[in-house]
Amino acid sequence: MAVTMRDVEYIADLARLLFTEEEKRRLERELNRILEYVEKLNELDTTSVEPLRHVWELENRMRPDQVRRWISREEALRNAPAADSDYFRVPKVIE
Amino acid sequence: MTSYGAVRAALERGDLHLRERVEAFLQRINARNPELNALLEVWPDEALREADRIQERIRRGEAGPLAGMVLVIKDNIAVRNHRLTCASRMLASFESLYDATVIARLREADALLIGKANLDEFAMGSSNENSAFGPVRNPHRPEYVPGGSSGGSAAALAAGFCDAALGSDTGGSIRLPAALCGVVGLKPTYGRVSRFGLVAFASSLDCIGPMASSIEDVARVLEVIAGFDPQDSTSMPRPVPRYTDFLQKPEVRRWRIGLPREYYAEGLDPEIRSALEALAGDLERAGARIQEVSLPHTEYGIATYYILATAEASSNLARYDGIHYGHRASMEAVMASLQEEARQVRAELERARARGDEEAILRWTERLENQDSPLVRLYKLSRTEGFGTEVKRRIMLGTYVLSAGYYEAYYAKAQRVRRLIQSDFMRVFEEVDVLLTPPTPTPGFRLGERLEDPLKMYLADVYTVTANLAGIPALVLPIGWHSEGLPIGAQLMGRPFEEERLLEIGRVVETLCGTAA
Repeated sequence: MAVTMRDVEYIADLARLLFTEEEKRRLERELNRILEYVEKLNELDTTSVEPLRHVWELENRMRPDQVRRWISREEALRNAPAADSDYFRVPKVIE
Repeated sequence: MTSYGAVRAALERGDLHLRERVEAFLQRINARNPELNALLEVWPDEALREADRIQERIRRGEAGPLAGMVLVIKDNIAVRNHRLTCASRMLASFESLYDATVIARLREADALLIGKANLDEFAMGSSNENSAFGPVRNPHRPEYVPGGSSGGSAAALAAGFCDAALGSDTGGSIRLPAALCGVVGLKPTYGRVSRFGLVAFASSLDCIGPMASSIEDVARVLEVIAGFDPQDSTSMPRPVPRYTDFLQKPEVRRWRIGLPREYYAEGLDPEIRSALEALAGDLERAGARIQEVSLPHTEYGIATYYILATAEASSNLARYDGIHYGHRASMEAVMASLQEEARQVRAELERARARGDEEAILRWTERLENQDSPLVRLYKLSRTEGFGTEVKRRIMLGTYVLSAGYYEAYYAKAQRVRRLIQSDFMRVFEEVDVLLTPPTPTPGFRLGERLEDPLKMYLADVYTVTANLAGIPALVLPIGWHSEGLPIGAQLMGRPFEEERLLEIGRVVETLCGTAA
């Protein structure tokens, strides 16, 4: 299951990341090396082993869906990279 | 370092003033933090104000159990109205709107927060060299790494900047720096301490835990921060023992201690091995029953961990898109990036046409037609500028193992092996009460030594990731010194929710090794 340059580009697009050609070549090398190492897991026959999804096998814990005051509008906008008085500002998305 | 118990008594008697104590810490920080880079932020005014307030509460006899204990907080834990950077450019100017549950509980107990500790970006690293704000140095030998990712917390303790610290541990991030800096660090059972307000890295593995110079102080902090929290549905509704009670008359006569042979295999530094063997001998003479045990799936820990942790990280870090908070690339840069790409693709297209290469013509035409929209390019550029190399590498690996066609082969496979690793522990805990292991195979390494080799860096976590995969508690404490001038640590691992056992035995180890505060 070797990773190719095409795979690196495809994965980068899914991950919403940009890389230079040199970085892509480096990632191709590093990902292959790490994936080669994790191939080790195939030494184990796990066909009869259930995947462990949560260490204590928790059941879903439900709570009443109640409205609570948590943060104000002003606070919500405090960390925005761009905002006006009421809204997050984003670049124009509709041509 | 004086343990908090003695400090508290002196504060109560009025022999010691909290303000002077805080000033002494601030002086040490000013003198040495520029070199060590352990703290990203120090809050002198707030700490001195708090000192006066808490002093008054002590005088009135109203003070909480940690009154005047001075703490630093790893900068991936939310403290209201302070920056929460995760040592990332992505969050360089982010301010937390609320306190993490652990912080609210520390405040309730009258603990005093003095600043934020450096870390590997988003807690991803074993050396604390991956911080966007520069690496942390080991106070014992500044050319060596302090371990990561809670390297700032451990270095701050070793340099005497605080009484205790909070760290987080996803694959060893409390225990590795505790070992390399010679302090005590506990990764609690998964679900013992609320994660509310901890910036998510790998949610099925992440734990917040206490670090300090003594077992007793670690126990005190754990007592305060542990317990169910309605804000974290994975925290467990179990009563919290009074951990300090177990340190009153600690003894090991009752306990069976296992030495898992896979942790003493080839590759273990000979000095670390002999220190641990000597300790096992001392414990046996003190009345503990020592026996060799086996955890046969240990060697699969790192592979399992790096699949699960990166997969979860790629999903958790998808939230950083530059829209609601965090770093956003400039629109000028976005448009320039699209134009530059279009120029390059057109040039390739011309060359393909000149060659008459139909396949390449088709491919480059498609690339030109399917260029990102400005919004998608804004996400990409914001993330590319905001994240560092290691974070991007892990997002890429995690996205790959979760991508269509590979999920079963990697992610589901790793979840199955995770069960085998957990079953190993549950089986040996029928024979023994705790396990004694080295926390790390080597005594530490120099800055820069492993940066070019990610896999070698990952292997530093070989003895620590298993506790996260199994969900069990694990304690690291110093037991001596290596000839390289660095501390040697020991790791105790126990059954789920039996932190008190680790602390009790750890207290005995402190006495045996003469490392008690």
